[in-house]
Amino acid sequence: MALSLRDSVDVVSDPRNLDISVEEVFRLMLGVECGRDSGPAPMAEPESVTAVVGFGGMLSGACVFHSGGSTARKIAARMTGMEFEEVDETVQDGIGELCNMLAGAWKGKVPNLAANCGLSIPTVITGRDYNLHVQAPEFQLHHIYKFEDASFEVTIICDGLQ
Amino acid sequence: MSEVRALIVDDSSVMRKIVERSLRQAGLEPLAILEAGNGVEGLDQLKAQQVDLILTDINMPLMDGLEFLRQLRAQKLAAGVPVVMITTESSEEHVKEAILSGAQGYIRKPFTAEQVKERILPLIHAA
Repeated sequence: MALSLRDSVDVVSDPRNLDISVEEVFRLMLGVECGRDSGPAPMAEPESVTAVVGFGGMLSGACVFHSGGSTARKIAARMTGMEFEEVDETVQDGIGELCNMLAGAWKGKVPNLAANCGLSIPTVITGRDYNLHVQAPEFQLHHIYKFEDASFEVTIICDGLQ
Repeated sequence: MSEVRALIVDDSSVMRKIVERSLRQAGLEPLAILEAGNGVEGLDQLKAQQVDLILTDINMPLMDGLEFLRQLRAQKLAAGVPVVMITTESSEEHVKEAILSGAQGYIRKPFTAEQVKERILPLIHAA
């Protein structure tokens, strides 16, 4: 029996779904184990990388990936087998694609939403000293994860049911 | 085995590299790769060159993967060439729409080289 909209949101807002999605993407595509870090937020690096994938339909909002530049380069190196001295276009592309997979994996945890919620193409922002602001979401999941000696943050923002 | 020519259509250059690496890890050698960043570029590639396999994402700018499939049929390009979707869209509805549009296979991201081997090698051998 199909879940109601409200039941779907209760399942999707379950923080374990995000944890499972992140672990799955990192294990399958990067070949590394990754887990939630209960420690404080990582120290801000001079350069940051943020990727955003929007979703819309039955549920609207965005999946946001954020990390320092060194973590982004490490992730891109794992994805491509290349080494990176700076956050270049390939690193940005890799982080955008990673965020795309995180959004898809998370959305796919609830079949009703997977079918009725589409994803945007990724947007990647790089730079220094910027903040993200989200206006009054219906719900928000914000987790910090760690793999090897690197940390990153994933945020799911949902701003309303259709 | 004779060389396999594969067209990879994805707006992410990193994902195109990952797909190529997975094909090689799956044992598809010798392998020649053609790349396209969206459905429009994919059609241009196919008008100029023959391929043995097409792998395409769904969500792409300019022309998405499903429209790309429909245009392949409409323009009678790459007849008989197996097409496999590689995409984050995971619902049964998306899979059905892809198959109805002409895809022979569907791989959900994230994926392993083993999944690529299981889904793609039989299509190559059958073609």
